[in-house]
Parts: sequence; structure tokens; C-alpha cells
Amino acid sequence: MQEEANNKFLLEMNGISKEFPGVKALDGVTLKVRKGSVHALMGENGAGKSTLMKCLFGIYHMDEGQIRLEERDVKFTSSKHALDNGVSMVHQELNQVRSTRIMDNIWLGRFPTKGIFVDEDKMYKDTLEIFKSLDIYLDPKKKVSELQVSECQMVEIAKAVSYNSKLIVMDEPTSSLTEKEVSHLFKIIRNLKSKDVSVIYISHKMDEIEQICDEVTVMRDGQWIATRFIKDITTDEIIRLMVGRDLSNRFPPKANQPGAVILKVENLTAVYQPSISDVSFELREGEILGIAGLVGAKRTDVIESIFAERQATGSVKLRGKAMKFKSPKDAIKSGFALVTEERRATGIFPNQDIFFNSSIANIDRYVTFASVLDQRKILKDTNWVVDSMRVKTPNNKTRIVSLSGGNQQKVIIGRWLLTEPEVLLLDEPTRGIDVGAKFDIYQLMIDLAAKGKGVIMVSSEMPELLGITDRIMVMSNGRLAGIVNTNETTQEEILRLSSKYL
Amino acid sequence: MSVNTIKKKLNKQDIGHFLMNNAIIIVLFALMLVIIALEPSFVSLKNFTNILAQASTRTIFALGVGTIIVAKGTDLSLGRQVGLAAVISASLLQAPNYAYKMYPDLPILPVIVPILLVMLITGLFSGINGLVVAKFKVDPFIATLGMMVIVYGVTSIYYDRPPYGAQPIGGLDPRFANVAQGSIKLGGITIPFLVIYAVIAVTIMWFLWNKTRFGKNLFAVGGNSEAAAVSGVNVGRMLIMVYILAGLFYGLGGSLEAARIGSATNNTGNGYELDAIAACIVGGLSFSGGIGSIAGIVTGVLIFQVIAYGLAFVGVNAYIQYIIKGLIIIIAVAIDNRKYIKRK
Repeated sequence: MQEEANNKFLLEMNGISKEFPGVKALDGVTLKVRKGSVHALMGENGAGKSTLMKCLFGIYHMDEGQIRLEERDVKFTSSKHALDNGVSMVHQELNQVRSTRIMDNIWLGRFPTKGIFVDEDKMYKDTLEIFKSLDIYLDPKKKVSELQVSECQMVEIAKAVSYNSKLIVMDEPTSSLTEKEVSHLFKIIRNLKSKDVSVIYISHKMDEIEQICDEVTVMRDGQWIATRFIKDITTDEIIRLMVGRDLSNRFPPKANQPGAVILKVENLTAVYQPSISDVSFELREGEILGIAGLVGAKRTDVIESIFAERQATGSVKLRGKAMKFKSPKDAIKSGFALVTEERRATGIFPNQDIFFNSSIANIDRYVTFASVLDQRKILKDTNWVVDSMRVKTPNNKTRIVSLSGGNQQKVIIGRWLLTEPEVLLLDEPTRGIDVGAKFDIYQLMIDLAAKGKGVIMVSSEMPELLGITDRIMVMSNGRLAGIVNTNETTQEEILRLSSKYL
Repeated sequence: MSVNTIKKKLNKQDIGHFLMNNAIIIVLFALMLVIIALEPSFVSLKNFTNILAQASTRTIFALGVGTIIVAKGTDLSLGRQVGLAAVISASLLQAPNYAYKMYPDLPILPVIVPILLVMLITGLFSGINGLVVAKFKVDPFIATLGMMVIVYGVTSIYYDRPPYGAQPIGGLDPRFANVAQGSIKLGGITIPFLVIYAVIAVTIMWFLWNKTRFGKNLFAVGGNSEAAAVSGVNVGRMLIMVYILAGLFYGLGGSLEAARIGSATNNTGNGYELDAIAACIVGGLSFSGGIGSIAGIVTGVLIFQVIAYGLAFVGVNAYIQYIIKGLIIIIAVAIDNRKYIKRK
């Protein structure tokens, strides 16, 4: 019976192409999902997975290609349109009204009414019924803002089910979940499968793919690479298909040599918990130290605490001298620089030009008499940023938002290099940027380390942690789980350490 | 609940939370206690009904703009729209024998007709606000700032015309004046009509907010308009409806305001928008949208009314009243914000 059901395709996406100015984001991609199966969609960041999904949901208009749902041609114009046709998505960034209750979110856009009033009893009962069928135990009247991430996600899945979805797309559903929550999610997915619901499962986690998925489609650089049954393919083969090139080509040769200790951190503990507690480590001159860990391991908090962006107790010593920072301003003065994770929220000044964006952290140095800024010096420095970072831009009067993510990031890093930091703190420096720009940023980090500076990089991407760091410290649930030498460690060891204190 | 569980519930932290979550109401009661301590005769039915009567039209305005605030908007044109409504309704409801009538030949209209007419007019102006905000994505502050100035111009043109020019429109039809100034006796208690209108307005708005699809969508659009949109809520139409609804309330309140005062000028209602917005914010509504309650709005309005009336009653200098009012706005919101601040 299983076999019979498996032969029918629920969704067929054929020859999907999508071009953005200058980039062919999708090039004739094919994705065929069988009824009642879990289909993994894999590929590196930037391979085109989310673009493909956006074409499915009508958020992007595809240039070429055809989408068939249950053997009918479809072309959705909005998420809602897709939803009404039984295709829904559980986003990585959950789109919920956090100030209202669970059941308000589930029935949003189609509240049941009795006369002119909303039928709260029906909402409540129907929500409970769906929850029961999915083994979810939440009070429908609880506010979404009071829920854990995993619970929000379950609410989203329940919402998809309430629309009688035939296909649910899950984008990195386990990225913020604990192991226990993951197994609950898998239970729900198996439950959905038994009801003949198909799932497109986007994830980077190999072990999960093996556990839960039936089939896998691999994409690379906007192209379809392969579709296989999970039982017919090994993890190594999938990785090879995803990467498609020699791993060594993705990273510049390491030219830095760790020397004497530059930064010594002892018993760093955040004042406002839950956050980091009792974190101690050393950073050497010319060293690139990676910080690994799962989402929620509080990696960002480590560097924020050093930078005094977050209040913490414990000691931070730069070249043996104790640092007592009251605010990031003190930290900057003492030779620290932080490139934040949320480039859009805390990095760029979107409406300003490159000139402004590259000089803003360094403004004290341009002050001449009577508080007037030395424009020539700023211009010189801006040109240095553009040239040495290899920023692709028409000129330095261009507004920074009109650059690509990778080029924005180069400007931000350039901004901080202008302050001539002793210790550069980078939080997910290559998130959401293309392979070429990544290479440039790695090169910058290595160059900086080769000049005897210290570099700390928080990253979620295992290949780059293994590719360019000298040592990796692994955070687990706010605590330091261990520090490993990069050339002696394995992905497995890091993952094991990551879940040490869960 | 047994005594034990109550005790258990009242540990220190919970008391802190309770104080924090009900700061506004506590401030209201504290103020009243201070006033009563200074002047025990403050406690009287007359004072009580006076405060309520004075708060009535303000409540109606605050309900209107409060709905906009929940939808993550704001409305600076409220005061001028009130003025427009007051001037038009007064001009159409002057006593037949009054010498300086704006329309000497106007037949006697049923009182409800001009009131409905001005509600239609303010509903339209406010609807334009909604359209500009929803379709042209103009920030509500800017859109309604522009409308504020436009409406003042419109009102002034209507008002400053021959033969009498810019004279206050007075001599109102007694029927109209009675609509706002009258009262009804219920078992020895005199209840002003205004209070009854306010109670009806509060009740209608409470049902709209809490029991209807409109209300649910209101909070969704204000809380996360993108989430509302992907769930199939027509966000633009919602916003326009919200502004129109507010306009209807301004029109009603403006007519009542003219009837209450007994006359209207092109400056009637000037500055009301800030009082109404302040009452909403003190009552727990947030400019970030999607948060608030009708009870909060009513409390916010009452706080300001108690301050104005009570402080005058105990003889506090009117200028000092301003300072106290300003402090309450800032402190109330500062305390309220502590609930949402994420500490690092």
C-alpha cells in the first residue's frame, strides 16, 4: 500500500528558472514530492532553496517553469492563495501576532462567527481538537508571546493542519529546538505522513534527514543536482553532491601563526540570566578562534559580554591588563571591535552612503579644530575600505542598502578595521552572503590574524569553522562545553560538545 | 481559593508584578485618596457625576483614536475634526427665534439629522486619512498632521462667512442643548445624558473590540500586519475601516461637545487630540500596536478628569495641574514600559 501511494506525485515543479539582476538564482530546477512522503530539500546557503520555495508560494514570480499540484497546473499569487489550496509553510522566522492568543493566530483571517460575534467556543474547541490530533498540549487561550520557540512552531504546524494542508514546507524547523523537542516534532511529522500529508523538509542536519525523510533533492548554485531515495544514498554522498567542489577551494590558505596570549577571559557570567555563566578562555595573537554551538547556546552573549554590550561579571584582560568597560564605547577605545549578527538591525545605516557607513565608528579620529571633521581623511579611509575590502560599488556616495549583502558586510568589517582593533569580534560574519564574498571575508580575517591581531568568530556554519579557525570553543546552553584544536577535531566531536549541557 | 493558596500567590515577586501591571489604576486610587484626605467633602455623588459627565465626550474621542492606536496608527486631526463637527452641527441646530442664525431660512430639523450628517462628514475625512495611510503608506503621524491643518482650513472657511463673520455659533436650539446638558433621575440619582451616551459608546466599542471579527483583525493588524496579511486579512481595508470608525466617533463627540458648551467656533476641539492620545497611552495602549483594552482607555480618561476636577476642588493652582498632568503621562508610560524592556 505504501508503495502504491508513493508512486503518486502531489507536487511537481518543473524547469523552474528565476533571474535577478545579474544573478541566475534558479536554473531549470525540478522538484517532485510524492504523496504522504517527507522530502528533504538540501543545499548550501545560497543554493536557491528558499528562492525555489518563494516561487512556489508566489512571493517571487518565476521566469520559466511549471508547477503542478495533484496533476493540475497552479500558480499561486500569495501565501494565502497557496494556503487555501492546501500548501502551507512553517517559516524559520515565525510570522505570528505575538500579542494575541494561540487560537486567535490559528483562525486569523477566517474567524468562525455566530451572528455578528466571533464564536470563541468553536475556536477553542476546534483548536483543542487539532492539538489533540497532533499530540500538542497547549492551552489555546495562552498568549503566543508566552510560548517557547518550539511551541510557536507547533502552533504554526497546527495552523497548517487546520487549513487541511496537503503539503507543508518546513524551513529549518529544528534550528532552535532541543533534542526532546525535535523528537516531538518528528512524532508530529510521522503523524502527518500517516494522514497522507506531504512535507518538504529543508535542513542542514544530516542525522535528521536520515531519520525522518524518504527522499532527498539536492541543489547547488541554483541548479537541480539530484533526487534520490534516502535509503539509496549515504550521508557522504549527499555532502559531496551539495558541495560539488573540493572543500579546500572555499577557503584561502592559512597564513596566520598563533603567538602569545592577547586576550584572557575568566569566569565571564552575564548579569541577566538566562545567558552565559562562568566562561573562561584565552585568545592568542594571530589566532582565529571560532565559537560554535546550537541556536540558543548563547554564543552571541559571549562576545557581547566582552564588548560590554551586555552586563557581565568576571575578568577580561587585554595583554595582561584588566579591562573594565562600562559601555561599548570604552571597549572600542581599548581596541575591540564587534561586527554584529543582525546586519540590517544593528550594522548598516541603510539610508546613508558608503562614505558615512565606513567612517561612523571612527569619527573621533577625524575631528580637527573646532569639532570640524577632516573630510579628506574620511574620504581617504573610505576609499581604503572600498579598495582593500574589494567592495563592489559604483562609488562611495552609493546608499549602502543598494549593495548586496556581501558587499554591505565588507563595508561593515572595513568600518571596524579602520579603528585598528587589537581584537576583532565577528558574529556570523558570512550569513546570507554569496560564496565569492565569503572567500574575501575569510581572507580579511586571515590577513588580520597574520598581522598579530586576535579574531573571534561566532558561526553556525561548520565548514567555515573547520576551514579557517585555529581553535574552536563550543558553547552549550550558556556554558563552555570545551575548546578543541581545529585540525584535530571533527564535526561529530563539536556536535557532541554542543549538546553537553542540554 | 483557599487562604493558603492566596498567601502562596502573594509572594514578593507577585506583588511586584501586580503593582507593575496595575500601576495606572493604583495611581488613580492614590490620587483620589490624596484629594479625599485634603478635602473629605470630595466624596459626594454630585462630584462623582460631574466627573463622569465631563469625562463623557473625552471618552468618546479616546475610544476613536484608541482604536487607531491599537492598529499601530495615530491621529492628530482628531481635535480639528471635533471642531468641524461642532461648528456644522451647531450651525444647523440654532434656535428658530435666534437673531444671528447662520441659515435664517433653515427649517427646524430633527436633532438626529445634523448629528448623523456630521458623523458622515468626519467619517469621510477620517476615511481619507485611512486611505492615505493604507494605500500610499504615509506615516500616520504625517498623514493626520496634514489632515489636521486641512480640516482647520475647511472649518474656518465654513465658519467665517458673511453676514456675521467669525462669530461663535450660539443660540442653540433648546432641544439640541438638552441632548447634552439634560439628565434623567433614577431613584434619586441624577444621571446626565452624556454619561449614558458614553456608556453606550464604551459598550459598543467593547463588543467591537472583543467579540467581533473586526476586533480580532484589529489586534492582528496592529500586532503584526504581515502575519495578518499572509493569513488573508485585507490589511488596507481594515485600516481604512478603523479610521472611518474613529471619524464617526469624532463626529458624534463633536456634536455633543457643541451642545454641551452651548456654542462652537473654529477653535472648538483644539488640542483634544493630545488629551485623547495621552489618555490612551496612560491607559496602557502602545504605539507599537496590538496592545490595549477598553477598560484601559476609560481609566486613562478618568485619571485626567479626576486630576483636573479633584485638584481644582482642593484649590491647587491651575498651572501646577499642568505639571502634574505631564508627569503622570511620562511616569505612567515609563512604568508600563518596564514590562516590555529586555535587559542585557
